[in-house]
Amino acid sequence: MSGGLIQSIDYAALAVPLILAVVAGLVLLLDAFLPDRPGGGRLLGLVTLGGVAASLAVVALQAAGGGERRTFCVPDAPAGPGPQACSYVADRFTLVFAAVVLAAGLVVVLLSMAELADGRIPAGEWYFLLLATLAGATLLPASRDLIMLVVSLELASLPVFALTAMRRYDGRATEAALKLFLVSVVSTAVMLFGVSLLYGVTGSVHLDRVAGALASASAGSGAAAPELATSGVVPVAVVLVLAGFAFKVAAVPFHSWAGDVYQGAPIPVAALLSVVSKAAGFAGLILILTSALPGQAGVWAPVVAVIAALTMTAGNVLALRQRDAVRLLAWSSVAQSGYVLAPLAAFAGVRHRAPADVAGVARASIAYLVFYAAMNLVAFCVVMLVSRRRERNEMDDYRGLALRSPAAGLALAFSLVCLAGLPPGLAGLFAKVVVFREVIQGGLGWLAVVMAVNTVIGLYYYIAWTARLFTPEPAGGGLPRPAPAAVPVVVAVAFAVVVTVAFSVAPQLVLSAAG
Amino acid sequence: MSALLVALLAVPLAGAAGLLAPAFRERGAAVYGVAVSAVVLALAVVVAVAFDHGRPGRMQLQVDRPWIPGLGLRFHLGIDGISLPLVVLTALLTLLCLVHLAGHPPEAGRPRALVFTLLILEVGMIGTFLALDLLLFFVFFEVVLVPMYFVIALWGGGARRAAAVKFILYTLLGSAVLLIGLLVVWTQAGTLDMVGLAARHGQGMTRTAQIAAFLAIGLGLAVKTPMWPLHTWLPDAHTEAPTVGSVLLAGVLLKMGTYGFARIAIPVLPEGAAALAPWLGAFAVAGIVYGSLACLAQRDLKRMIAYSSVGHMGFVLLGLATLTPVGMNAALFGNVAHGLITGLLFFLAGAVKERYGTADMVRMGGGMLRRLPYVGSLLTFACVASLGLPGLAGFWGEMLALLGAFRPAAALSRPLFLVFMAVGGVGTVLTAAYFLVMLSRITHGRPMETVPVGPPLATAEEIRAVLGTGEPVEPVAAGAAVADVEAGPAAGEALWTQHPQHPEDGGDIEAVPGRPVRAARPGLLGEVTGSELVAWVPLVALIVLFGLWPKALLAVTTPAVQAIFGVGAP
Repeated sequence: MSGGLIQSIDYAALAVPLILAVVAGLVLLLDAFLPDRPGGGRLLGLVTLGGVAASLAVVALQAAGGGERRTFCVPDAPAGPGPQACSYVADRFTLVFAAVVLAAGLVVVLLSMAELADGRIPAGEWYFLLLATLAGATLLPASRDLIMLVVSLELASLPVFALTAMRRYDGRATEAALKLFLVSVVSTAVMLFGVSLLYGVTGSVHLDRVAGALASASAGSGAAAPELATSGVVPVAVVLVLAGFAFKVAAVPFHSWAGDVYQGAPIPVAALLSVVSKAAGFAGLILILTSALPGQAGVWAPVVAVIAALTMTAGNVLALRQRDAVRLLAWSSVAQSGYVLAPLAAFAGVRHRAPADVAGVARASIAYLVFYAAMNLVAFCVVMLVSRRRERNEMDDYRGLALRSPAAGLALAFSLVCLAGLPPGLAGLFAKVVVFREVIQGGLGWLAVVMAVNTVIGLYYYIAWTARLFTPEPAGGGLPRPAPAAVPVVVAVAFAVVVTVAFSVAPQLVLSAAG
Repeated sequence: MSALLVALLAVPLAGAAGLLAPAFRERGAAVYGVAVSAVVLALAVVVAVAFDHGRPGRMQLQVDRPWIPGLGLRFHLGIDGISLPLVVLTALLTLLCLVHLAGHPPEAGRPRALVFTLLILEVGMIGTFLALDLLLFFVFFEVVLVPMYFVIALWGGGARRAAAVKFILYTLLGSAVLLIGLLVVWTQAGTLDMVGLAARHGQGMTRTAQIAAFLAIGLGLAVKTPMWPLHTWLPDAHTEAPTVGSVLLAGVLLKMGTYGFARIAIPVLPEGAAALAPWLGAFAVAGIVYGSLACLAQRDLKRMIAYSSVGHMGFVLLGLATLTPVGMNAALFGNVAHGLITGLLFFLAGAVKERYGTADMVRMGGGMLRRLPYVGSLLTFACVASLGLPGLAGFWGEMLALLGAFRPAAALSRPLFLVFMAVGGVGTVLTAAYFLVMLSRITHGRPMETVPVGPPLATAEEIRAVLGTGEPVEPVAAGAAVADVEAGPAAGEALWTQHPQHPEDGGDIEAVPGRPVRAARPGLLGEVTGSELVAWVPLVALIVLFGLWPKALLAVTTPAVQAIFGVGAP
């Protein structure tokens, strides 16, 4: 691999995004050449499902094979000999995120099949965009240079605007798409500015080389050491990058788009935003902060701590008064982002300890994200199920759900209790314990107290919703409209519930995978 | 042998899972629940027999398996002299609650769901007392929250929704703070093993860390106990909960708080305990006096008993705060005695409320001894036991707690604790006062017909349904339970469909019109039913037993307590 201008590309390492991209092309072709008849959308859905499942299988194979695969490597550092720097690395981190994204992708595809069943949304475009997002989201955690990070993040984000706007007959969807587009573009611009500053001061785009250049600069040995150490450029770059990602994961103060966009988007897209896009955003954030900027933790960790505290509080408080199910989930997912951010804030506190402690910080964030993805998807699946019968999809439509259809009611109750972090939702409980531990180990007692208060605020709306499920419906509550067949949604609920229950009984699955 | 403890948890859990079978009928649920919890009690008795009474200070019948290596969490169970009485108490009270339920189907319906909830509660309660891993303890501590929430929110009284929300938010806040404290211990000591941590007596943890951890853990447990001024969730929860909910809440759930002090906070963090014990003692005696005064001002019988719990748990906390074996023994004894006595009191209050249709003491009027001789005498007995009459179980806990305060641990200020003792002594007098006032109000005197006599019975069928078909119509048999048995389900429904659901939100219990009142005839109001008798008699017997022979309990707890403080032979 070394030497020469021609790179050898390890296609096995790239298999996951490649499969998704190829299937995306295939879906477009099929859509163009298949006769236009009812049920054609279903075939496209199944092809998409197959593609996502195949990439998930590849992820499993790569994980079973162990080791890490690298490709797109630069042989030597431009400024002298050094270790290889690779732009694409399929290591454990990558595989965990890819697995989350693809498993969530399966659920989203299943939900889409129900959403598209009435034929009002063009299926070919929908599935193509969905696969493109998934390809971006699996590419992102593997990206180890700044350019690739930005490109894959955009690949993951851009199709979502179009997906949100696909319900062209619905004004709210268009509004939501526009909001999402504007917010996303602004955040990309901000992040690009930060990234270009980083490139400017370090002269490298690879994350490990950026870290190396910054470290040697602060040690006073680099080429541009004196100016770099004293100038304010690096902190500004750090804050700009952070702000860009904060938009993507809907952290305070860049959270206000979440409610309208989730509510306006079709439910499968809301699920996609709340899990896949969020996972991609966090993957990028964790990569940049811990791989490229570990030395700058003194700058970003306090900022992250404040953002985490504000995000969980704002999300929870906004969720308190919501009456619309999807809107409530939107704010709750903002709040949950706060918990994912919290361990990262402990990075500065544990930075000088054993490497295991440092790795524990990222591990806690990832573990929380994985648990959150599973339980949140259960909630979205049941919401999808209910929305097919009750168009309004407000809290009152859930009265007596556990009595009308016990399976759906119990699944939703379980996921809400999980999100609240109480037994029997052990997945949520252990997720919180992991985060609490890192925060306390990092010496951030105040953040732990804020989290404790927030779990209580969160519990209020989760438990109120749960109680509704078991309260008998008042007589004469609006007639449910006849529900079309929803086999894919039922499959999606079952899949998500099984995963969440497995995580509850054996959280070790996640904890060992994340580390 | 070690499988015994696992079985204590597995049996109720499997029993609850069995209820989920779709073929299960609603009517058989309570009987099934009785069977399952009887097995659990039998297991608990077997554990008590298999327990090596020669060495109650040691952990016995241990089970230790890794569960979640990533968190260092081990599935570590064990039992010693501190936890054994509480485990048996839990199994007993759960069984009695289910027996009660078998005779008194819940008014809000869905007995199967209620039995399911109670069995899950039992898993959480027993698990809390058996866990020997800090995180495992926390998990079980949390398991009880959601079931208890539903017991209050679905089967409770008029203002049940608000009470249930208050209960769960308050106690979750406590739990979250508790978790912080436990994690501080973990990061400082590097282990979650409660046995190892207790054996270290706080070595390896700085004084500051110990104080911080004790503060957090203590606050978390104090909410559960509840310690004044963190008790405000308790009166509402007790008042609104159905009888079985109140019994388990007072009988077992409160003990989880004080057990946490005896098992974790004091043994693991001795320096933190020494620093904060005066505060604990001060809040405890404040709770004793406050609880008694609050009781004097109550009109609602259940609310009064709830406030009396605040006072009694004050004595338990005072015992713990002395940091002496005597005080700790007092606390453990007080725990069990309070579980038995208050359990009985809530059963009786539920029975009274059912018969009068109200728990308002003013509206009940006096003369219960004439109208309901058995219930009235049992209520008198339970009140007298609760106020700490020598010879009954309530006496020893209070007496030993005051004795412990007379001679607190060397690290504590003796004059301060003498003051606490004096205030606690005043509290015992006030306790006697409010119980006697209550008794003079409702059991003595002339019966006043101030209670509405239930809905007008329109048809002959309804009257027959209420009175039963037996001839001559004996007022004793006029309870609806009898009517249910004799007239079959249809008549039972006719009675209950008068008021099938509670109003949605808020509303006063007494203001609910048309609530069926068992026994529509003035004079003698329906007497004790068989299931009530079965539920009450064991409690009465144990109250007398522990009152006359306290050594039965102290022999088990004393060595374990001495092991905590590192005195005497382990």
